[in-house]
Amino acid sequence: MLVLDRVSKTYPNGVHALGGVSLDVELGEIVAVIGGSGSGKSTLLRAIGGLDTATEGSILLDGDRIMAPHQKIGIIFQEPRLLPWLNVADNVGFGLGDRPKAERAARVAAALKRVDLADKAAMWPRELSGGQAQRVAIARALVPRPEVLLLDEPFSALDAFTRADLQDHLLDLWADAKPTLILVTHDVDEAIVLADRVMVMSPRPGRIFDEIDVALPRPRDRQSAAFDFAKRRVLAALDRSLNRAATAAEDEPKADAGAALWW
Amino acid sequence: MSLVSMTAVADGSPTHVRAAGHRWARLTRPALGLLLPVAVGLGWEIVVRMGWASGRLAPPPSVILATFIDLARTGELQRNTLVTLARVAAGFGIGVAVATVLGAATGYSPWVRRLLDPSLQALRAIPSIAWVPLFILWLGIFEASKVTLIAVGVFFPVYLGLMGAIQSVDRKLVEVGRAFRLSGVAMVRRILLPAVLPAYVLSLRSGLGLGWMFVVAAELMGASEGLGYLLIDGQQLGKPAEIVAAIVAFAIVGKASDWLIVLVAAPFLRWEDVVRQD
Repeated sequence: MLVLDRVSKTYPNGVHALGGVSLDVELGEIVAVIGGSGSGKSTLLRAIGGLDTATEGSILLDGDRIMAPHQKIGIIFQEPRLLPWLNVADNVGFGLGDRPKAERAARVAAALKRVDLADKAAMWPRELSGGQAQRVAIARALVPRPEVLLLDEPFSALDAFTRADLQDHLLDLWADAKPTLILVTHDVDEAIVLADRVMVMSPRPGRIFDEIDVALPRPRDRQSAAFDFAKRRVLAALDRSLNRAATAAEDEPKADAGAALWW
Repeated sequence: MSLVSMTAVADGSPTHVRAAGHRWARLTRPALGLLLPVAVGLGWEIVVRMGWASGRLAPPPSVILATFIDLARTGELQRNTLVTLARVAAGFGIGVAVATVLGAATGYSPWVRRLLDPSLQALRAIPSIAWVPLFILWLGIFEASKVTLIAVGVFFPVYLGLMGAIQSVDRKLVEVGRAFRLSGVAMVRRILLPAVLPAYVLSLRSGLGLGWMFVVAAELMGASEGLGYLLIDGQQLGKPAEIVAAIVAFAIVGKASDWLIVLVAAPFLRWEDVVRQD
């Protein structure tokens, strides 16, 4: 279980990025974190990943305090960040450096097959499309079998079709071992397609403003009324978190005003 | 219809034609670079043969070739080339070793950079030839001063290239290493080294080029053997063909040594996303 207890972060330049965030995440849960600019979403994710340290509060994973990158935590960044001097297979196996060669090769081959890139194992990262590169990054993060996988706007640089494809693919992969997923996104649809819970953050300093459960069965139909209802709830919470509800015309539904801000 | 296209029709295989085209291109591509010097040489040969110029101070290629062969036959060319090569190798080795250690330290540690880099940058501003009198006073007129001068010439491009390369390693890739909990040594071996390798190889090539430049200066300031000695000998005895032959020898070994670096580094740089020249 991942427990965040009053996590605050103030940068040396005085920017107060996080102001006392508390959150409990169960094993296997998918949590989406959404919020406006400056709401500290990425800072929160980096603190959980041990890439930044919280100035106050604590982050505990199964009782271990997270002060640095942890073996049970994997990260997928906004860009694939593949190492250009390693081929696809070596990139996927990057986190398995301490494993016997045969085991590493078997796990890499299985992971590449799982992301439908078995035929690209010997290629260089420069030879991949954006979607393929991000799938390699997903495979690289999943190969060490993390208990918690952090995703920092992982599909934001991709076109809409590839993004939807990878969201479905991520859910397939998640179903294999059901790690905890914490996803930072700007995309409300993405949050609702993937998450069990959407945390809406308010800015300066970043705080959890609202928490919305998405109790829809998977796979989720993006065209369904239930999906639309969940989306409106998230958009309305976003509006309120940004204190922008007053900007909507009186006869305009609040959720639509939010949509205008987000799309 | 050309011979190639006729063969293609007979063979009926576009792949075969493409392969033949590649082979032809591989043969002709280096020849293209020879076109200009060969044309100039041939033109000058004709001018001298026709008696339009004496060719005494600027000998034609045939005379240079004859001198080159004479020097090779007596073993003078090989001996002097080997002496020069040994000086460059020693100076290059020392310069690269010191530059790599200091470049790595200043690139990696801001503290070391603040300590050393200002002094090294101040030294860099001094024209290296200005060190010659001091090196002769300190180290004598023989090999040590020559090798030191070459090492100084090699040092700065390698030092600057490596320090800059380490400082500009993509922070995002370093973060990938951190996310996978690489230790300091593993971070250097698996992220920093491959990331800086292209710039390091380039700096080695620049350093080597300066090494060849400085060996000429070192040998001109006083040597009894070496290609630089052949230059001086040719000047003092009025033998321009010998001077040009020595220059040609410099060009050949200089280019060959540069090519050697490229050849050794090539397998490690196959991943580079560069505009291919072919």
